[in-house]
Amino acid sequence: MLYGCNDKNTLGDAAMESRPHPPEQAEGDTFPKLLLDNARRRADRPAMRQKDLGIWRTWTWAQMKDEVMRFALGLEALGVKRGDTVAIIGGNRPRLYWTFVAAQSLQAIPVPVYSDAVAEEMAFVLDHADASFAVCQDQEQVDKCLGEQERLPKLKTLIYDEPRGLRDYDPEHLHAFSAVQAIGADRLATDPKLAASWERRIMAASGDDPSTILYTSGTTGQSKGVVLPAAGAVAAARDTAAFDHISERDEVLAYLPLAWVGDHYLNYAQGLVAGFCMACPESPDTVQQDLREIGPTFYFAPPRVFESLLTRVLIRMEDASRPKRAMFHHFMRVAKRHGEAILDGRPVPLPGRIAYWLGERLVYGPLKNVLGFSRIRTAYTAGEAIGPDLFSFFRSLGINLKQLYGQTEAFLYITAQADGAVRADTVGPAMTGVTIKLADKGEVLFKSPGMFTGYFKAADKTVEALTEDGFVKTGDAGIFEPDGQLKIIDRAKDVGRLTDGSLFAPKYLENKLKFFPEIREAVTYGDGRDFVTAMLNIDLIAVGNWAERNNIAYASYQELAQHPRVAETIRAHVAATNRALADDPQMAGMQIRRFLVLHKELDADDGELTRTQKVRRAFVAERYAPLVEALYGGKTDCFISTEVTFEDGRKGLIQATVAIHDAETTTSRAKAAA
Amino acid sequence: MAIDALDDTRTAIPPQMASAPPLLDVRDVSLSFGGVKAIRGVSLDIRKGEIRAIIGPNGAGKTSMLNVINGFYYPQEGTITYKGVPRRRMRPYQAAASGIARTFQNVALFKGMTTLDNIMSGRTLKMHRGFFWQLLRVGPALEEEVAHRRRVEDIIDFLEIEAIRKTSVGRLPYGLQKRVELGRALAMEPDLLLLDEPMAGMNVEEKEDMCRFILDVREEFGTTIALIEHDMGVVMDISDRVVVLDYGEKIADGTPDEVRRDQNVIDAYLGVPH
Repeated sequence: MLYGCNDKNTLGDAAMESRPHPPEQAEGDTFPKLLLDNARRRADRPAMRQKDLGIWRTWTWAQMKDEVMRFALGLEALGVKRGDTVAIIGGNRPRLYWTFVAAQSLQAIPVPVYSDAVAEEMAFVLDHADASFAVCQDQEQVDKCLGEQERLPKLKTLIYDEPRGLRDYDPEHLHAFSAVQAIGADRLATDPKLAASWERRIMAASGDDPSTILYTSGTTGQSKGVVLPAAGAVAAARDTAAFDHISERDEVLAYLPLAWVGDHYLNYAQGLVAGFCMACPESPDTVQQDLREIGPTFYFAPPRVFESLLTRVLIRMEDASRPKRAMFHHFMRVAKRHGEAILDGRPVPLPGRIAYWLGERLVYGPLKNVLGFSRIRTAYTAGEAIGPDLFSFFRSLGINLKQLYGQTEAFLYITAQADGAVRADTVGPAMTGVTIKLADKGEVLFKSPGMFTGYFKAADKTVEALTEDGFVKTGDAGIFEPDGQLKIIDRAKDVGRLTDGSLFAPKYLENKLKFFPEIREAVTYGDGRDFVTAMLNIDLIAVGNWAERNNIAYASYQELAQHPRVAETIRAHVAATNRALADDPQMAGMQIRRFLVLHKELDADDGELTRTQKVRRAFVAERYAPLVEALYGGKTDCFISTEVTFEDGRKGLIQATVAIHDAETTTSRAKAAA
Repeated sequence: MAIDALDDTRTAIPPQMASAPPLLDVRDVSLSFGGVKAIRGVSLDIRKGEIRAIIGPNGAGKTSMLNVINGFYYPQEGTITYKGVPRRRMRPYQAAASGIARTFQNVALFKGMTTLDNIMSGRTLKMHRGFFWQLLRVGPALEEEVAHRRRVEDIIDFLEIEAIRKTSVGRLPYGLQKRVELGRALAMEPDLLLLDEPMAGMNVEEKEDMCRFILDVREEFGTTIALIEHDMGVVMDISDRVVVLDYGEKIADGTPDEVRRDQNVIDAYLGVPH
């Protein structure tokens, strides 16, 4: 089965590049070329903003080009040359984004690294990428690099953005960003022809060269370096920018990890193509406030963020006065009935429209304003399945939230939903220029314009990831709906069967559980077992708030998690999940029979979650083997002692007796009828 | 690394510095409240640029000592020399004007005001335009406010509290309130910063953050810091010299290592069998 927007089965590179793009998009097949063109055609339009000392500072495209040029020429003086890899470690800062273009303008390859990675993980990437230069945000990142110096003989030069705390450091291999720019400025002053020759070199560069290496977060083991070609990356960004009519009038807030493909694609790549303005938050903690101040028109967030936003809204509504609460609930019912229909342009009776209009004035508008969503034209979510109720909540407010499905290897987009054709349980048809087919076991295979050229220094893994005819294996199991929209069920390798042969899709189940605000994380087991069990994490904010209102005293997460009344609440949620599963004959077999509330929160520092906050199911099963055993062994409680890692790297022990509960199941309607 | 760097500077403190006139010199000070002798003939000095810790068991007279230093109490006996000038009686506002800032054991902020306003209040002494100018908020008064706001924003940036800039401090968790209080003290650009149990009631992470801030304050602003602290680990890690009080008397004074080995200190903390 082949779905694709273009009817050619083979996708020659030439075919991709020749596809016409909207005239307002910048010209060029590499990012530095796009920068030069943007600096020409929209010199005075804002390119970047950053809040510093409480004030938004703006750089125009012309100024940004200038900043990049000075830094690039400084880097060159320090020895960066074609083919070098330049690591970029830190948060969303204009200077770090400039580093990308600056390195690319020298035909060096920028390699962003997750800034919250522990030193060891970071050293692995730096070493594997052969990084000789690293541009760090601050002392914390510099310290991590210096701490692993012995493992990183290739790393010669460190550059930092924020000088704080770095005064006493050895200055020989450590330079301030501004000092490097000063070197560039000096070179420009002494050689008037240098600027022109820098631009000439950019224009002469080939789009076939690698543009970046993005390391995967390592959901499935050690992270791999995905090499992305410049021309392909630009072509992909052109398609999606055109697809969503993104123009220079758009504005985004870059708050997602710099090293993640999502941020690099949606903000950096699309920003350079469309020439819109990218704002950087003041600090990671101020994102909510900055969002409100900037009012982005294009927004991306993983389902997790929407989830926590909804939780926060609901909690705050609980604390609101009675009339306000009544008004909120009334208009949310109105929104539920008419909101999505209005958003999708479907017919809605006049009274419904009037009620919705009133709701917009009284509830939705102010709520969107608080969340910073007032100006959103297009919003996407991806990365995980999103709960249908959660999805419709935001859509019914009038936020054009859509789903996309993508991968680092594709340089993001594989599928995306078009405006007006949005559903919660699918991820849309193939994106412009992408061809998708399904392998025998339902695994999704694709070819895309931004497709990677291989894993860095891992040819064997590249071969593994590709089919013989050059499609990339995603590892996700999916099915096509009759209307051509793709539906992702789970990781292909995770989809399993119970001993009675019924289907077990753990992620599907976990997502259903996680939609309850009290449940933060869920891990389910059932493949090859007699029945399904679940380990849950409660949401400390939601449950803590509930505990406060019900006069339940607790000292820690651990204590609250094991509180009998919390168990009661969770048990009701599990029962509700089971009832919903029973409605679907295919899913009825995977009802949860037994569950427990874990005594500690799953944490990336302990390896239980990936850096992108996905559960490592197998690792969790191994780590909590006694608990899994107890779940299936019929015990009512189980003692467990777990080693935990604190943020500073120290280790400690958490011990607890975890209660195990039986869940209420519902007889499947299909079965009952039989 | 910063800790290592600190170690270097600590060992590098030249011996002649010991003979240099101290920033603050307390000689044979005694303080009593009625019959209760809070401090009995204690002498200690604080040298410029050092982090000086005052430790001791409960009721040892630590906070009283701090109150003596910033003029809140004045001792019945003894002399205090600050910046080479002897003084006996001093009002707290005079202490503030002469460059002594402090934080309190139990946070003393303006709870209803925002973080920004609280820190801004630390600039009061540095504002020169009168009440009416400030009221009009035009011309020189506005310029002045902008300049001060800049300094305050630097401090907000320094303490990484951007996210709570406009939150009223009463709603903040304790650890953050402590940080705001430090911010207000820093806003005075003090020569001597007195911290009364800056880490009390904090968890490990908050403590580490606070340690880093204290070290950074010294590095960034060159401020001399005297701190009272219960947490021995913290004290030994960040202080250059430690003075130990017990029942109002000084029982030890020296580098953290010396103090750690001192038998009197061990006895005071662990108790002696009778």
